[in-house]
Amino acid sequence: MNRREAWRARALGLLALVLMLAPLSLLWTVFGDGIGVLDWQFLLAEPEQAGRSGGIGPIIVSTALVLLICMSLAVPLGLGTALFLVEQVRPEGRLNLTLQWALDGLGAVPSVVFGLFGYRLFVVELGWGYSLLAGGCTLACMVLPLFIRGCEQALRDCPQSYRQAAASLAISRVGYLRRILLPFAAPGIAAALVLSAGRALAETAVLLFTAGYVMRWPESLFDSGRTLAVHIYDLAMNVSGGSPASAATALVLLGFALVIQLLAWQIGKRPLSFAR
Amino acid sequence: MTAATQPPSLSIQNLSVHYGEQGALLGASLDVAPGELMAVVGPSGCGKSSMLSAVNRMSDLIPGARVSGRVLIDNQDVLNGAVDVQALRRQVGMVFQQPNPFPLSIAENILFALREHGVRDKRELHGRMEQALQATGLWNEVRDRLHKPALGLSGGQQQRLCFARALALEPRVLLLDEPCSALDPIASATVEGLIDSLKGRYTLLMVTHNLAQARRLADHVAVCWVRDGCGCVLDSGPACELFESARDPQAQRYLNGMLC
Repeated sequence: MNRREAWRARALGLLALVLMLAPLSLLWTVFGDGIGVLDWQFLLAEPEQAGRSGGIGPIIVSTALVLLICMSLAVPLGLGTALFLVEQVRPEGRLNLTLQWALDGLGAVPSVVFGLFGYRLFVVELGWGYSLLAGGCTLACMVLPLFIRGCEQALRDCPQSYRQAAASLAISRVGYLRRILLPFAAPGIAAALVLSAGRALAETAVLLFTAGYVMRWPESLFDSGRTLAVHIYDLAMNVSGGSPASAATALVLLGFALVIQLLAWQIGKRPLSFAR
Repeated sequence: MTAATQPPSLSIQNLSVHYGEQGALLGASLDVAPGELMAVVGPSGCGKSSMLSAVNRMSDLIPGARVSGRVLIDNQDVLNGAVDVQALRRQVGMVFQQPNPFPLSIAENILFALREHGVRDKRELHGRMEQALQATGLWNEVRDRLHKPALGLSGGQQQRLCFARALALEPRVLLLDEPCSALDPIASATVEGLIDSLKGRYTLLMVTHNLAQARRLADHVAVCWVRDGCGCVLDSGPACELFESARDPQAQRYLNGMLC
């Protein structure tokens, strides 16, 4: 019996190793292909020859702007909605069931559909054209269901006993939210933020027909701009000899994701320092 | 800690609590004299906690809860819709079964509530915190780690911090919902000592499952029971009298430990 368990443990260990090899080999390939191209010049310069040479400066700026627009819309709206769901809506009421159903439905919609919606609303109807603003807003719509769900879960994890204690001490709702509920939920909210930002960073289809794929330095939010993911896709699919630049861009994208993760980790850990 | 004014009388008259269609407590009446401790005993599900939650209107927070009857504190009906619930809860402190200090530092657990109620002066804040911790016997145990997490305290200390947190707001009535039942016997004895020291300065209404504790602490005792699926008060009176000879035979058997 013991022996069999030992074998089972070994087999599971092997499986874990194999599973870890997949992302590691991916990193290794991207790293090997891209590191030769990556230098300061690459980060700061404009692309030349459709991206085969030159750098990705404007693309980094466009990505940052699109992400900034996306998150500055998604965070207040999403957190507000999650607070409304947790604080204001009766759990077994019809409103809650409807909203949960709608959220799950929206979360399952393929991103291209959000792209079409964004194209129609922001690009055509509102007349913003292919622009960073239209791209950011569309991405915000796309990540909102995910972000709301994440925040809602984080808020619901806060023990009811804190709410009871706060109520019995006649502590105002704002005070309870600010000092107890939000700090308690901060790590979960930060995790939702990372997931949502990662989703937005990875998106290409949506941005192709909302933000466009112009490589120039953006001069305003109404300019078209291309993000890192779109650039990688374009280099890999449409530009012969674009692979090294594509891999280097992928490294920069990974760097972006890492920075967001670290930032979110900082947000998440501070308020909890008092809880054991 | 000295209460600012004399403790008030508390009178519950014909109180009923329903959750949706389900009745939890039907026609309960009892009187607590100023500064006395009334222990409410009885089996689980007989509406004891529902009774407490009506007194500081915590019942407002439970969806579908309906409360009828009268709860008079110094002859003011707190169930009246016009009552300022926040002001009421400042007057009526509450301690729960599970110690539930906030995930903040020990000091912040008390200061947070004080600041919420408009105390801004640093010296006053600190003074009232120290007073509350002194009153609960915690001061000497925590004075050099006031800024450490409250959740690092032992269960008994956490519960006494919850008492301190409630006392710092200078309430006149305290509701205790089985304050010792989640503690080990020694911590429980310390908290019992604390409760005993509060008698006379506050009007106390305490739910407990521990008959011996009720006998040790209570001036008056009320026995709750389940009848036709709904909680009610069987009998109430001075503790010594009731334990000797309750009028209600069911209450008599219960108080003597003959439960069936």
